[in-house]
Amino acid sequence: MTRITAWRRHPLARYAVLIFALALVGMAYTAFAQASQPADAALASGRVDDVAEGKALFEAHCGSCHGLNAQGTGTGPTLIGVGAAAVDFQVSTGRMPAADPGAQAPRKPQPQWVNEDAIRKLGAYVQSLGQGPTVPSAEQVDPKLGDAGKGGELFRANCIQCHNWAGAGGALTQGKYAPNLNESSPTQIYEAMITGPQAMPVFNDSTITPEEKRSMIAYITQVREQKDPGGFGLGRIGPVTEGLVAWIAGLTALVLSAIWITAKKRQKS
Amino acid sequence: MSELTTVPKAIGGPSNYLDERLGAGNFLKRNLRKVFPDHWSFLLGEIALYSFVILLLTGTFLTLWFKPSMMEIEYAGSYAPLRGVMMSEAYASSLEISFDVRGGLLMRQMHHWAALLFVAGMTVHALRVFFTGAYRKPRELNWIIGVLLLTLALAEGLTGYSLPDDLLSGAGLRITEGVAISLPLVGTYITFFLFGGEYPGEDVIARFYSLHILLIPGIILALVSAHMVLMWMQKHTQMPGKGRNNHNVVGAPFYPAFMAKAGAYFLFTFAVIAGLATFAQINPIWLFGPYTPADISAGSQPDWYMGFLEGALRIMPSWEINMFGTANAGTLPLSVIIPALVPMGIIMTGLALYPFLEQWVTGDKREHHVADRPRNNPHRTSIGISAITFYGLLWLLGANDEIAANFHVSLNWTTYVGRVLIFVGPALAYLITYRMCLGLQRYDAGVISHGVESGVIKRLPHGEFIEVHTPPADDIEAHVRGKRPVLMLPVDDDSSGIPPKGMRGPLGKLRGLMSKAYGGEKIPLDDGHGDGDGHAAIGEGSDDHTLTR
Repeated sequence: MTRITAWRRHPLARYAVLIFALALVGMAYTAFAQASQPADAALASGRVDDVAEGKALFEAHCGSCHGLNAQGTGTGPTLIGVGAAAVDFQVSTGRMPAADPGAQAPRKPQPQWVNEDAIRKLGAYVQSLGQGPTVPSAEQVDPKLGDAGKGGELFRANCIQCHNWAGAGGALTQGKYAPNLNESSPTQIYEAMITGPQAMPVFNDSTITPEEKRSMIAYITQVREQKDPGGFGLGRIGPVTEGLVAWIAGLTALVLSAIWITAKKRQKS
Repeated sequence: MSELTTVPKAIGGPSNYLDERLGAGNFLKRNLRKVFPDHWSFLLGEIALYSFVILLLTGTFLTLWFKPSMMEIEYAGSYAPLRGVMMSEAYASSLEISFDVRGGLLMRQMHHWAALLFVAGMTVHALRVFFTGAYRKPRELNWIIGVLLLTLALAEGLTGYSLPDDLLSGAGLRITEGVAISLPLVGTYITFFLFGGEYPGEDVIARFYSLHILLIPGIILALVSAHMVLMWMQKHTQMPGKGRNNHNVVGAPFYPAFMAKAGAYFLFTFAVIAGLATFAQINPIWLFGPYTPADISAGSQPDWYMGFLEGALRIMPSWEINMFGTANAGTLPLSVIIPALVPMGIIMTGLALYPFLEQWVTGDKREHHVADRPRNNPHRTSIGISAITFYGLLWLLGANDEIAANFHVSLNWTTYVGRVLIFVGPALAYLITYRMCLGLQRYDAGVISHGVESGVIKRLPHGEFIEVHTPPADDIEAHVRGKRPVLMLPVDDDSSGIPPKGMRGPLGKLRGLMSKAYGGEKIPLDDGHGDGDGHAAIGEGSDDHTLTR
């Protein structure tokens, strides 16, 4: 028996082949699934004023769905009266402009023309169409000024039924979902509460006062920055991943050790 | 090396003293050499046993600080995001154990991981016993004890999960209340009795505490002892193999071989649980927050062993019956009663009754000490896989919100698909498993009649290539030949067309039909394997039952 034949007949050979094949399929998949980077570099130039420039940006990037006068079309709602806060939330999180129609627009990297300046101009234009909530000041969303204990109680009473106790997100009906809050900036969290994007309800200032909103932001940021004291956090989604780990890591390790300590010595052939 | 011929006085003296008073010498002499058969799957039950030991130890540690009280206090401990929040003493003391007691978080996490592995160990052990037929006479009573232990473990898990009084445990408690109150007629009485009044009341934590640390573990401990004593007395089953039969046990003696393995396995279990508790966070109650009946969180799930009930509840349509057409006369909430009682009833009752049903169908009253290979009793194996599919689907659907959120599918569709799969899945699993068992039996017959592939390729004079087969090794052949046909009742009509006694009437006819399908030899070992290469072909589901008469 040559050495290669001996390797081929080794009891572990079939597993090695299986792992190799899986790795090959995985690599082929990632090679083909490389998403092409969107290249959109159309930034309007010229300085008249924010509203006029915002209108130009709007017509170039938003008008096809929301209508050239933001009056709304069959594919996008009217933006009259949604306010600058809604624009800032949607565009700064990359949700708008939407890539494709679906149950919900996901958070994604911003296109190249988007920067703080462009968002401010777009916001100014949309704000000029009708009154609406404005972008909060830095002080309004400063987590250091909030009371995390109080904010936690409000968070548990108002947010976690969709966003989960640690802001890890959760499923809603028909493919919609509550996104996780780990990447949201304090400003975005505040804006989401006052504008109620997508499936989210509006929490206006009479339901939850601005100070209370700031406390909730304090709780959210404190909890998400916390290092998990008990080891790996397992996604902070609770018993589902714990059960998976118990079976896949715990029980598998114990079964393998049982096989090991009851194994018979291999016969030399 | 010099042999020791006399017992040293330091050992002999005390041993004699004890022996004369306890008579332990004889007992040890008889039992230390007890032979245990060796197979990895025989150690699975020990996972549960050792996890239970670890549960008792870590649980005792936790009781030293835990306060089973629902009195409202303001939190002033060291976890900053909850400071100043009103909560129950139970929750505050659980936080204290997690953050302010040295080693407390590790003990809490070990306790929880050990609980998950306790039930998981019981489950895989029960599956091993089921699929190898190790529950057959004389072990039916020990099997029943095992089913009781599994049920008690679920109750123990439920009560323990509720104790920290965090938001997740409260969600579980709320469902428990919902199930209790949905019971017809007695529901409200049971709920008021359990909670000491309106939900949640102020008594339930203290009550669950005494159930969790005293009553249920006490019964579990007693049943585990009975389980072990019976196993010891009846001896362990063994896999079929060379020189093994129903009258012997081939293996290693308890002392020293088996004791060393069991001791090592305890350390393995301990290591896995301690390792998980060190590196993987479990039940982070500080993230959940204190329980108030007004709050509920996305992703509220029970521990894994309750997942199948959660799944049943989630896919159940919202059916309810108002008595006499009005809610005033009472409502029967089928949407709660059915998922709470039916799957659990099917699985636990099915487990408990299976040995007796099988005996009724096969008429097999013989003692069995050699285990079946799962393929050699295809209907039993198919029933088992079918039940696993039923349980597994419900379990999976208990996490349908996490599946929907993480794999970006519609939550509604997971429910619709689940409602169909829960009926179709087990049936498909049955058919597929049955064919696989027959295929494996055919493969065994091939090993006996052809031998095994040798890896030597030969070219015949006329150009054909063949692979030379060699006879199987002794131990493999003995293992395969350990197959015994499943017994079958005498079901055929006599010469004048009258069915045998006990096979008349609708129930008797059913019994006869089931016996005919369940019992008998499907693929005889020595008949070749029916692949049409010069051996006797075997027809589908051969009717040759001569071996079973």
